[in-house]
Amino acid sequence: MSTVLNSKVPEGPIAEKWSKHKFNVKLVNPANKRKYDIIVVGTGLAGASAAASLGELGYNVQAFCFQDSPRRAHSIAAQGGINAAKNYQNDGDSIHRLFYDTVKGGDYRSREANVYRLAEVSVNIIDQCVAQGVPFARDYGGLLSNRSFGGAQVSRTFYARGQTGQQLLLGAYSALSRQVANGKVKLHSRSEMLDIVMVDGKARGIVTRDLITGKIESHSAHAVVLATGGYGNVFFLSTNAMGSNVTAAWRAHKKGAFFANPCFTQIHPTCIPVSGDHQSKLTLMSESLRNDGRVWVPKKAIKGLLAKDAVKLAEEDRDYYLERKYPSFGNLVPRDVASRNAKTVCDEGRGVGTTGLAVFLDFKDAIKRDGKDLIEAKYGNLFDMYQQITGDNPYEVPMMIYPAVHYTMGGLWVDYNLQTNVPGLYALGECNFSDHGANRLGASALMQGLADGYFVLPYTIGDYLSGISYEKIPTTHESFVKAEKEVKDTVNKLLSIKGSKTVDEFHKKLGHIMWDYCGMSRNEEGLKKAKGMIRELREEFWKDVNVVGSPDELNMSLEKAGRVADFLELGELMVDDALHREESCGGHFREESQTPEGEALRIDKKFSFVSAWEFTGENQEENLHKEELEFENVKLTQRSYK
Amino acid sequence: MNLTLKIWRQKNAQEKGKMVPYEVSEVSPDMSFLEMIDVLNEQLVKDGDEPVHFDHDCREGICGMCSMVINGRPHGPKQHITTCQLHMRSFSDGETITIEPWRAGSFPVVKDLVVDRSAFDRIIQAGGYVSVNTGGVPDANAIPIPKRIADEAFDAATCIGCGACVAACKNASAMLFVSAKVAQLAMLPQGQVERRNRVEKMIAQMDEEGFGACTNTGACSAECPKDISLTNIAKLNREYMSAKLTSDNI
Repeated sequence: MSTVLNSKVPEGPIAEKWSKHKFNVKLVNPANKRKYDIIVVGTGLAGASAAASLGELGYNVQAFCFQDSPRRAHSIAAQGGINAAKNYQNDGDSIHRLFYDTVKGGDYRSREANVYRLAEVSVNIIDQCVAQGVPFARDYGGLLSNRSFGGAQVSRTFYARGQTGQQLLLGAYSALSRQVANGKVKLHSRSEMLDIVMVDGKARGIVTRDLITGKIESHSAHAVVLATGGYGNVFFLSTNAMGSNVTAAWRAHKKGAFFANPCFTQIHPTCIPVSGDHQSKLTLMSESLRNDGRVWVPKKAIKGLLAKDAVKLAEEDRDYYLERKYPSFGNLVPRDVASRNAKTVCDEGRGVGTTGLAVFLDFKDAIKRDGKDLIEAKYGNLFDMYQQITGDNPYEVPMMIYPAVHYTMGGLWVDYNLQTNVPGLYALGECNFSDHGANRLGASALMQGLADGYFVLPYTIGDYLSGISYEKIPTTHESFVKAEKEVKDTVNKLLSIKGSKTVDEFHKKLGHIMWDYCGMSRNEEGLKKAKGMIRELREEFWKDVNVVGSPDELNMSLEKAGRVADFLELGELMVDDALHREESCGGHFREESQTPEGEALRIDKKFSFVSAWEFTGENQEENLHKEELEFENVKLTQRSYK
Repeated sequence: MNLTLKIWRQKNAQEKGKMVPYEVSEVSPDMSFLEMIDVLNEQLVKDGDEPVHFDHDCREGICGMCSMVINGRPHGPKQHITTCQLHMRSFSDGETITIEPWRAGSFPVVKDLVVDRSAFDRIIQAGGYVSVNTGGVPDANAIPIPKRIADEAFDAATCIGCGACVAACKNASAMLFVSAKVAQLAMLPQGQVERRNRVEKMIAQMDEEGFGACTNTGACSAECPKDISLTNIAKLNREYMSAKLTSDNI
């Protein structure tokens, strides 16, 4: 098996690997770069930064996004910040410490060498963004300001108020726009990738659908880069954008790319709870609220307890369960622990609100202690947003929160060069699996997206390109013709079913199955049940879905149908992966594997590996390949927050 | 609540559109405005009709994709929020709500409520950036910036590019959008090298896209979901004038 999965991690001490590797990779002569075409799918932080950087180097780049503009990619919604080992605060930060915190935070399920490189290039990212004009927060002396974030004991998070993702994405978008103006990047917006084209075992192009005209088109290149984000929308409700989907990564998977650790999903503890069946997405309330808010539920179950009545509940009738169970970390335990505990108290029937699926986050004591003005200065915009959505005023009554799907650590398997096991196919950002193990730390997603796009791929892709000929493959080649036909057939099939249920009905059902059996807590029995349910639902989908409209126009039902069809396949793989990993680690909690106190219990001897799944055919069981994880620089310990 | 919606339906850019009335019932005040449209669309699909097409993505007010003129106002009756952040508790039972796309010659309708805003991308491509390549830049703290300037630049940089400013303007002017980017980069030291060239190029592109002129009514800023200030337009005018007086492009 190891012959299939070669991580290509360079030899030598960890601090020297990347420098040595950069020297050892083959280069493409500046004059020859213009002879190579590269396709980049997705224009979020990873895709936009990669497309811009490759264009600057001289390659011919074609960039694709399904939104109307590259600036809309969902990286834009990231709030908190971006980590970097600058040590500007003189508080003992270093590349090694950022590396260590990230490996530990990921519960020891990531690849050491990749994480070290991430920490190493993190410092360059901040320099790059500042040079672009990204307005990071600054101190009165004019230098950059930092804040602290979960999972770290130093202040290394750079931020731009609560809109860091927006500012970083606009930076990358501006660099991309400059290359569009220079003619080095050709932009295809409102264009969705529906298949990858393989020629002689190599990725040589993609098939897209022009979302306005419905035209199915082929694009040929020497390499294909996927930067298409995560798959959290498999749960229907998540903090992802409505359009975020797995389609590009999934179609690549079906053409041979291995999918790694699909069961590793991150559930964020502080989101606004679901209010009814009409709900289309969940809104995140920044994790920073847990610095001052106290989490509680009533000691004895009170059915349908509303926030306005909760105010009257006496102190002795309240259970501040995080403070009670974790006296040293209290309300600031990591995301996975906070989420699981919210689920536990709600399962006990002590949840609040009309649905019983919420807990209180109370600022009463903080307002009493610090005054309303100070709390308003810190969280004013979040409180306003909360009131706008729920109608409750959090200055007067407690907020209600509940965990929601937020990020997916799993993704396409990549080696040290960010190349998948398919030659010529690369995966960057949330789309790959590489850096966050079983749990991502706050402010690390932005770091990874930009590291991959600005500072890793531009070096490593040359190593591959220098080994293949300049010759272009025309889109009349049989592989393109075949892929185009398959895409057209699928589109026509979806439109011809004319069943009785809408796409959203299927998506919601799938979401419920995933949330109930493959969400915050998983067990063998439930997972086996879910597998059967997903298979049945998938069969029903292909018999009874109703997709209206025609193929040759803007047709959002059709777009959604294709995405949900892929989620229906991915869902089963997530369940398989969760079933196979009989340990708890990070965001993956198997009820069978817990400490006597009910905390996640890792089984390092048996499960210290990356699971990489190989597609073997429609409705077939997938093949599991393992990449053993070796830890030479970090000692594995059990996390404790008591 | 029960509502009557009057929605602009237009099959594509070529065909003529019209307002079509719809009834929606059992609308919860907790629904967002777009979720209310989702409910209508589920009904329409069930009846075999085409759903109302509209742009939306993040549904948390930051991507800038949603774009509806609700009862004559871009992003609806409330200030400083986008359509996706508007909730049904802002409306009352029995109300009739009109919903139209952004109306501007430079934002042609694609279908129903979806418009083409690629003109904004082309304006940014004309010069809305600092020309630095990846790598080879100075240490971030080698460029100190006074906090006041950084904060002001940030205020301008929060523009989400939704186009409500254009939709609100009787002249369909894009001055607020352009000024936000020009002002952000003109304030920062990183933007100085290309300062004059940038404003000239971006204005030229804005004119080429057919956006109208600014007559200082301030509707753009009043309807801006991110509260981008009108002072940016004053800054833009100043930047443009001084660039033209000393232009290298004569």
